[in-house]
Amino acid sequence: MDFGLTDDQREIQRTARELLLERAKPERVREHAESARMDSELWRELCELGWPGIAVAEEHGGQGLGCIELSILCEELGRSLAPVPFLPSAMAAAVIEHGGSPEQRERWLPSLASGETIGALGTAVDGISELVVGGADAQVIVLVEDDGSARVLSCDDAEVTPLASIDPTRSAARVSAQDSGEALADGCAGLGRALVAVSSELVGVCERALEMTVAYVKERKQFGVPVGAYQAVSHRCAQMLLETEKARSTAAFAAWTADADPARLAEAAAMAKASASEAGREVTAGAIQAHGGIGFTWEADVHWLYKRAQLDAVLLGGAKRHRARLAAILAEQLGASATA
Amino acid sequence: MDLTFSPQETAFRDELRGWLAANPPEPEPADGGEDAQFTRRRDWQRRLYDAGWAAPAWPTEYGGRGATPTESAIYFEEIGRARVPFAANTLGLLLGGPTLMVWGTPEQKERYLPPILSAEEIWCQGFSEPDAGSDLAALKTRAVKDGEDWVVTGQKVWTSGAQYSKWCMLVARTDSEVAKHKGLTYFLMDMEQDAVQVRPLRQITGEAEFNELFIEEARISDANVVGGVGNGWKVALTTLMNERAGLGFALQIRLRQLLDDLIASAAERGLLDDPLYADALAELHVRCESIRLLAWKGLTDTERYGQPGPEGSLVKWLWSDTNQRLTQLAVDIVGPDALTVGESWSYELLRARGNTIEGGTTEVLKNIIAERVLGLPRLKVSA
Repeated sequence: MDFGLTDDQREIQRTARELLLERAKPERVREHAESARMDSELWRELCELGWPGIAVAEEHGGQGLGCIELSILCEELGRSLAPVPFLPSAMAAAVIEHGGSPEQRERWLPSLASGETIGALGTAVDGISELVVGGADAQVIVLVEDDGSARVLSCDDAEVTPLASIDPTRSAARVSAQDSGEALADGCAGLGRALVAVSSELVGVCERALEMTVAYVKERKQFGVPVGAYQAVSHRCAQMLLETEKARSTAAFAAWTADADPARLAEAAAMAKASASEAGREVTAGAIQAHGGIGFTWEADVHWLYKRAQLDAVLLGGAKRHRARLAAILAEQLGASATA
Repeated sequence: MDLTFSPQETAFRDELRGWLAANPPEPEPADGGEDAQFTRRRDWQRRLYDAGWAAPAWPTEYGGRGATPTESAIYFEEIGRARVPFAANTLGLLLGGPTLMVWGTPEQKERYLPPILSAEEIWCQGFSEPDAGSDLAALKTRAVKDGEDWVVTGQKVWTSGAQYSKWCMLVARTDSEVAKHKGLTYFLMDMEQDAVQVRPLRQITGEAEFNELFIEEARISDANVVGGVGNGWKVALTTLMNERAGLGFALQIRLRQLLDDLIASAAERGLLDDPLYADALAELHVRCESIRLLAWKGLTDTERYGQPGPEGSLVKWLWSDTNQRLTQLAVDIVGPDALTVGESWSYELLRARGNTIEGGTTEVLKNIIAERVLGLPRLKVSA
């Protein structure tokens, strides 16, 4: 049993972190967020490095790596809040690759893998999705309905209305496509991987929020001592670590099952998203609180993490929805063992 | 990342599982008294011992199997899964033996290790005192040299199994002139002397797992000092570090079994379709899985990097909190049965209150996490 990353995976993590520390500095993220536009220069660079195709099969122009590698990049991008459409595009690619027909894969995957085409994935009711993360930048959109059916469509075939979400590091749109697009053969097959991706991004957001908080409460003094010495503060930081580690362990497990034990992916992905959605909200809220008045100001960058966490927490369903899913899976397992 | 067992580990698990299936312990005694329970656990340990399963993690030279930490964790998972009792001398096997292996003299190892393994001599742990709980180094029990012996006077508390024990791992103050951590010495005290009085402490479940010890001029031979005079704090830390290492895996499995039982009860009552219960049970499932993953991650990190890290505090915290939530939810699902004396859910409900106190209170665990994992400063409290 081994929870560690391979040398190659560690190398991907290290180079991603170094690149983003350099290219997605807080001031640069803020600048793009304030003008509500993606960082096209950084996106081009990531595309040249092959990031969008990391988990896409080589036959479709990707790097053919696994879900663990995908989750590593998502986590690093979550830490940095880089204003690029990586997550929505990678989620769309996963759903098309694992649930699409050969023609659909042929049509969309090579350009999603190269980054020429930007994708997005949203949940819809009767063809309407009120908020698709990344939807305003996307050329290809996948809409998943509650019943598990999914359709892939070009943005030209849909009514895409850009929205100003509270998280301007990424675009958003209302998408209406009642009669257009093509059905995917299996709308659910790639969904587990998409859930791993967003859960991993949330883990990265939590890590960064906790790091910023710990640094701040060590520095900030009141009554002559660092506020982090008070247990009211330090115990909340401990709670933030617990939430983060709970999310990290379940996300890592889900990433591993995707390629090694796919029969458990649906359950593992629901656990990961339920944990990560809760952790994202709790940890970033704790970060604002521990920063005190400063944490409530625009200048302190901690609010961008809170905003990203809010959007990610409900993306592809929030914690309650995934716990309902889990309860159904547990009931099925119980039924199966009763009849076995 | 590879979350599967190696072929050797699987073989180890299958051998143990096979043995446990073929050798079930005696059924629980009908009268259910504590003495009868203890006799059953002692008999059970003797059978484990005869089959070489009493302490697989001990090196072969001391009668163990030299099992790896992973195999040892598998051992405790299987013990939990088979719903067999813990060995009578669990404290000796998990704490006393490993502490002697690190700090004991060759004579001490030869004299004390074999009867720990065979359950001939039961061990207990005399650390906590009425005024030294979380602040262990504040302990006041004193030991004074008198010829070849030490003379000990003081009081200990929360001493599990003291009434059955031959030896007590005792930490006492041998020098009150130096800083409080420095004046301590670790002894093995013979419990069979009149100077040591054991008084059971009845706990909120009604049973008495632990005791108070009243020590009035008890004598300990100088040969029973472990790790040298004045070195007691370091030796005690070795004992404490072993405290949760293995047992945690059995407790984690027991939590899983309780949850499976509760899910089945909820299903029988049609409550699995009720969104409120479904949500609460699913959250417990996520927590159980997370505990399992974090426990295994901690273990494999230890195998790779050496000593267990302070991250183990997270697992203990999450486990104890989850067990309390689970047993509380059981009251809502099972109904009055869970509030009736003698029923298993009512026992679990009450016993779970101890989980966030024993083996490090949640408050102390949060301090450890804040200071040693996150590196936050410690608040200096003026005495």
